[in-house]
Amino acid sequence: MDDRRRTRPQAHELARYEALFAARTRSMKSSAMREMMALTERPDVISLAGGLPDTSTFAPELYAQLMAQVASSSTAKALQYGPTEGMAATVGCIVDVMAAEGTQVDPSEVIVTTGGQQVIDLVCKALIDPGDVIIAEAPTYPGAVPTFGAYQAQVVQIEIDEDGMPIDELEATLDRLQREGRRPKFIYTIPNFQNPGGVTMSLARRRRLVEVARERELLVLEDNPYGLLRYEGEPLPTLYSLDAKNGSQPSGGSDLVVYLGTFSKIISPGLRLGWSVAPRPVLEKLNLGKQGSDLCSSPVTQMFVAAYFAEMGRESDPSQPEWVEYVERLRLLYRRRRDVMLEALEEHFGGRASWTRPQGGLFIWATLDGNVDTTDLLARSEGVAFVPGRAAYIDGQRGSSSMRLNFAGVPDDDIREGIRRIGKIMGGDTGLLGSLMGTRSTQSTETQPPTTATPAPPPDESTPLADVLELPRREGSNPAHKARRQRDR
Amino acid sequence: MSTARKVAVLKGGGSLERTVSLRSGARVQQALSRLGHEVIAIDPGQELVAQLHEAKPDAAFLALHGGDGEDGTVQGLLELIGVPYTGSGPAACMRCTDKALAKYLMREAGIPTPDFTAIRESAIRQLGVSAALGDIERLLGFPLVVKPASQGSALGVKFARSSDELPGAIVGALSYDRKAVIERYVKGRDLAVSVLDPATELNLASGPPLALPVVEAIPREEEFYNYESRYEIGMTTFVCPAELPEETTARAQQLALETYKLLGCHGVARVDLMLDDAGTLSVLETNVGPGLTETSLLPLAADAAGIGFEELVGRILASAFTR
Repeated sequence: MDDRRRTRPQAHELARYEALFAARTRSMKSSAMREMMALTERPDVISLAGGLPDTSTFAPELYAQLMAQVASSSTAKALQYGPTEGMAATVGCIVDVMAAEGTQVDPSEVIVTTGGQQVIDLVCKALIDPGDVIIAEAPTYPGAVPTFGAYQAQVVQIEIDEDGMPIDELEATLDRLQREGRRPKFIYTIPNFQNPGGVTMSLARRRRLVEVARERELLVLEDNPYGLLRYEGEPLPTLYSLDAKNGSQPSGGSDLVVYLGTFSKIISPGLRLGWSVAPRPVLEKLNLGKQGSDLCSSPVTQMFVAAYFAEMGRESDPSQPEWVEYVERLRLLYRRRRDVMLEALEEHFGGRASWTRPQGGLFIWATLDGNVDTTDLLARSEGVAFVPGRAAYIDGQRGSSSMRLNFAGVPDDDIREGIRRIGKIMGGDTGLLGSLMGTRSTQSTETQPPTTATPAPPPDESTPLADVLELPRREGSNPAHKARRQRDR
Repeated sequence: MSTARKVAVLKGGGSLERTVSLRSGARVQQALSRLGHEVIAIDPGQELVAQLHEAKPDAAFLALHGGDGEDGTVQGLLELIGVPYTGSGPAACMRCTDKALAKYLMREAGIPTPDFTAIRESAIRQLGVSAALGDIERLLGFPLVVKPASQGSALGVKFARSSDELPGAIVGALSYDRKAVIERYVKGRDLAVSVLDPATELNLASGPPLALPVVEAIPREEEFYNYESRYEIGMTTFVCPAELPEETTARAQQLALETYKLLGCHGVARVDLMLDDAGTLSVLETNVGPGLTETSLLPLAADAAGIGFEELVGRILASAFTR
């Protein structure tokens, strides 16, 4: 035995690390939900939880051919570092993709990133000091939640309705923040087929959002991963293009909108390639931030993308290149799956829940009637997984009766079976709650109306759609620090 | 030096605490290797019995938390195939893992535990329990804590502040187990006393178990000690030894030892207690598979008692040979 250990006990490992960790790690949370999700990653589980596109639709021969092409024509280049802003050929592809969405961009205002996720990280890195305010939708992209947390942002979430973020609510919130002397740094929105809400921001609201940003000199982070995956209805202009029209940028670009795009949903998320188009001063900060994060995104996958677009007729027939046809195939596939899921929901959730009917994208957001917590439902569920609604709220509490369902990543039969399984456990829960509440209401007549056979909604869910909630920044405050000091003594 | 042994570390499993268990197991493996043992890691699944048959270990070190790694299932299986294992036997595991049973036993034995009742899902469906909700309110008052009877972590623990919230809390907790414990919420300080048998790898002699120094868990800004804070460094501050009056410390340790004996634990266990604002101690539950991660309470308490992690692991291993 080591004697020093006896005479001078070492600081316990926990204390040792805790003293070294940055304050921001306190707002970086792992969640019980993730724990539960880990359990659902078994082959017998039908997962409607992921944000996955169906990569099995990509032809293996094409993948092999493109990789071989990259290898034979430019091994040295592919294996070398690349420029931080991305390779010119890849940027060219991005300009084409954006044009396909009706948005003209100047290639010099594009930065290639490691997935769209990196754009969120870099924008926070460039803009957010601890305590700064970010406005986000409620619910919001679950993957943005930890990023905002890591930069110690205060996130104010604005409840969306079927037309996306209500701008009058946004303005009221901005007024209130102003009165409180707090200035938000940016508004984070997913205007198309929102993740996880499935709704699309209306044209009127898009116009108004851009005006509000202009009036108040705020940046907007427009997260648009699924814009090209529209299954019905007319495409709406990007916020970027709406703002660019009024812009003062010599490039003709937007003054206030930072655009986030990705190849994840139109080619593959495994490439880890996304991009941002941003006003030049912001772009410079993103670039500096990226230098510190990863120097450059992988040239191997950037060259793969360039080869893909070259092969898929970027040059030959600009009116309908093959890559657009591939996206069209995905659209048809996902549209059918969406319809299968909507049908299954009607059959198995009907009368017990409401859900969104997305015009595109990957997700449906279903909200159960009554007081059923979907996190608990997931614990009870056998052989099916979904994302509990709480993951889409910064406080991890609201959204408890909702769930995000991905219809794009699994075959039709699995969609039907998955929804059937969820419906079955839901039935069990509601039945149980009914048995608990039904009799009860007849007993305590003084407080309950006689019609409480159906469970009352939880108190915080009865508020209208346009509701604002706000979460305080977590600080390493009083009792904890005090305790540590005491222990140090 | 003790004999080098072939030790199977069982970690992971299919419980909600799988990730934590993997972390505990990884640390245990390192410690056992440093102690000179031959270590094989097993993640219990379909192949568990076959793997054990093939490996023929001298002992199984259970780094499993929750589920069948803690409720006596795996323990019974290990007895069946003749592999000595660490920690409590099947009966003690069942008594501790079933919080309702543990609390009834404590109540009978006069060990203070918060007032409670237990409800089975089947009783709601078949015995008209809803009509008893009023009795629960009258007997226990609000706020109430509703827990799945068998979950080791805080997952599934619900709070009901009023009668409106009670049915939802019960149904929520029943998502994690067929039985739920409804307990009067005790506001106060969260304490834990780990209990360790005296045998070491060098000396397998038996003797009275040892209560380690009291750990206090102080959550940061959370109204309730939540799941995340329990396992994330920095989310909760642990103080050990807890700053308590001497007699309170002694009483907490005594209660822990009494509970340990009452429930028939072996080797190691962690007893969780509450110290209410009036200075009264009560026992909440006993954990037969306490965490062994960097943020776990048992290693912290052992460290405060001058028992380093390797020695702790060695002692727990010894419990496989002293049954």
